Amino acid sequence: MSSPPKVLILGIGNLLWADEGFGVRCVEALAAGWRFPPNVTLLDGGTQGIYLVDQVREADVLVVFDAVDYGLAPGTLKRVEGDAVPKFMGAKKMSLHQTGFQEVLALAELLGGYPAHLLLIGVQPLALEDFGGSLRPEIRGRIGPAIAIAFEYLRDFGITPSPLDRVAAQGVNLPHPALGITAYELGRPAPEQACRVGDARVLSRIPAAAGAD
Amino acid sequence: MTVTATPNGFDLDNGGRRVVVDPVTRIEGHMRCEVNLDENNVIRNAVSTGTMWRGLEVILKGRDPRDAWAFTERICGVCTGTHALTSVRAVEDALGIDIPENANSIRNIMQLTLQAHDHLVHFYHLHALDWVDVISALSADPKATSELAQSISDWPLSSPGYFRDIQTRLKRFVESGQLGPFMNGYWGNPAYKLPPEANLMAVTHYLEALDFQKEIVKIHTVYGGKNPHPNWLVGGMPCAINIDGVGAVGAVNMERLNLVSSIIDRTIEFIDRVYIPDLLAIASFYKDWNYGGGLSSTSVLSYGDIPDHANDNSAANLMLPRGAIINGDLSKIHEVDLRDPEQIQEFVDHAWFRYDDETKGLHPWDGVTEPNYVLGPNAKGTSTRIEAVDEGAKYSWIKAPRWRGHAMEVGPLARYIIGYAQGNPEFKEPVDKLLTDLDLPLPALFSTLGRTAARGLEASWAAHKMRYFQDKLMANIKAGDTATANIDKWEPRTWPKRAKGVGTSEAPRGALGHWIVIEKGRIDNYQAVVPTTWNGSPRDPAGNIGAFEAALLNTPVAKADEPLEILRTLHSFDPCLACSTHVMSPDGEELTRVKVR
Repeated sequence: MSSPPKVLILGIGNLLWADEGFGVRCVEALAAGWRFPPNVTLLDGGTQGIYLVDQVREADVLVVFDAVDYGLAPGTLKRVEGDAVPKFMGAKKMSLHQTGFQEVLALAELLGGYPAHLLLIGVQPLALEDFGGSLRPEIRGRIGPAIAIAFEYLRDFGITPSPLDRVAAQGVNLPHPALGITAYELGRPAPEQACRVGDARVLSRIPAAAGAD
Repeated sequence: MTVTATPNGFDLDNGGRRVVVDPVTRIEGHMRCEVNLDENNVIRNAVSTGTMWRGLEVILKGRDPRDAWAFTERICGVCTGTHALTSVRAVEDALGIDIPENANSIRNIMQLTLQAHDHLVHFYHLHALDWVDVISALSADPKATSELAQSISDWPLSSPGYFRDIQTRLKRFVESGQLGPFMNGYWGNPAYKLPPEANLMAVTHYLEALDFQKEIVKIHTVYGGKNPHPNWLVGGMPCAINIDGVGAVGAVNMERLNLVSSIIDRTIEFIDRVYIPDLLAIASFYKDWNYGGGLSSTSVLSYGDIPDHANDNSAANLMLPRGAIINGDLSKIHEVDLRDPEQIQEFVDHAWFRYDDETKGLHPWDGVTEPNYVLGPNAKGTSTRIEAVDEGAKYSWIKAPRWRGHAMEVGPLARYIIGYAQGNPEFKEPVDKLLTDLDLPLPALFSTLGRTAARGLEASWAAHKMRYFQDKLMANIKAGDTATANIDKWEPRTWPKRAKGVGTSEAPRGALGHWIVIEKGRIDNYQAVVPTTWNGSPRDPAGNIGAFEAALLNTPVAKADEPLEILRTLHSFDPCLACSTHVMSPDGEELTRVKVR
């Protein structure tokens, strides 16, 4: 029997920007509630761009949780598999800080070692422009269904996570406890303590995100 | 047409055509740049706008100061560790916490690792494509490329067959539609000057650098426990040292120390034998392109970093220099005090914030972040869709920091100019050698290319200093000192009721400061002045322009709708934009939108 595939379950996005944190929160929820076999790695990738290329290249099976913009109704889950996952790079970046995950995938392909199996589980976000905010309830409610999609996919690779009785300690590749979703939400300064909104363009985008684009 | 002379020595003319360069991202914002071109396509006015507001106090107020580093590590996907380091330093400064010598060495290795890594990735992954025409590399002769490579370095990967293989791989990628990673550039633009062979060599090293960079960051995994998002600790470093440990979870043992040591050797080798020779080779074709100096010849600032010994923040103990140069007088290095309310001040009369008196600046400890988003009377468009900002009024979400009223450039070039002016051989000798090799005079350093060169020299400097601190750490451990953390003042009951602190570092892209006020064990105020705040700053009440704006002036642009020269100069600063661009979109969104009006 061949050795089990190396599986990377990766959550990406910035947890400081409301629904942008969906991917990281999915991985956090997975770690808190489930036990995985040793060939599975859970990783909070944050917004790390190029730092993630190597992790991606090492994986045989890659499952990515992210907030995606496919122009769907907010909260809609989008499942994209294999070559349908976009990968491209742009040379006209203003900053290194614009290395998107598509570019991470393109670089992995360019350097060799692209994962044989790839699944993207995305959610259409409701609100992004809320610095210091957390997931909107509608989006948070999609963590469970998103995880179910991942489990169904992973079953084909012989992976069936077992539920944990108690909430587990933080894993090594997860957010620092101060950034755990509960501590993060409870510790947020009140609006009257620290102003939350600044820009009319920002304000204008929140209702726009709720409607069809 | 109005021509204005700024107090810091630049002539601005906002007539002619206005070109807007706006990075397109999912989240509204980041940075945009508008320039006015005269009839000869020369930039006569430049306006840099930070379009997103991300005050840290919005998130940190009321939280535990010992956790602040973890939050600051998330504001940016590239500069993670340097924010964390600056944050723990601010808290330690406020509470009077000393750290062990080993923690100082390890932090320096972490910070230097970031410098070396960031500079390398910046050069090959972002900036090289401003100078290197990828498509031209396809027509290179691999044999001639091999001869070129062997003439500049003894790096072994240089055979004609090797370059031919890479060229074939590259062709396949360029021809493969969706995977044509390089199809988005301004290829063929007359501003590209390299012959095809130099382009092929550079593209080959682009791939090698991408492959190699993953090794460097393993150092963060060893000392920070994990990567991405390594762990930090107020009072030291969270890694225990157990020299005899075998496979111990979390503890740094001999095997891990040796791993770091070998990565350092390879980092030095790659930078000195690939990066630096490439830099020289590319620069030799662009010696006539001497634009982009901006403020560098007159006003540069560095807070200093890399303390040789722990708990000594005097300028003499800092291996990266601290100081300020103003009015172009390299004979006088001014001492910089980040606590002095008269030195660093932030102004908002051109920024979308409100002060009671906007003719005056505020020191970060007294910093106020109250948004006030209004467009000036000459702005074009609407408040939700700006076509052109009015730089006579408020036009940026970046405040304008000033040092004793002067707009300053920060970053590798600033550090090297200050080190050079001090006569420190660690900085002066490599600069003199570079200038001699390229047959250029000292003023050539004050340019976009000089900024790029200083970054390369600093990458080499950082890699060698990693070796210094790794050796120092090993010697200290062998002498029996394995302490990495001081937890005497971990408990808030040991803290004063109110405390103020400042933490500084030299991030790869420049001087970084975090100012904290702690009240009853909780964060009361937290202000960060980041390098891009300095370099990308808007104008101030006196009319001084910031480093981006100054650097773009008087640059000729070959094609107005292909702002290659603008990106070249902005990239040379390694600008930091808020990192939240990771929401996927199904199509290949163009990352930078250009509009000519």
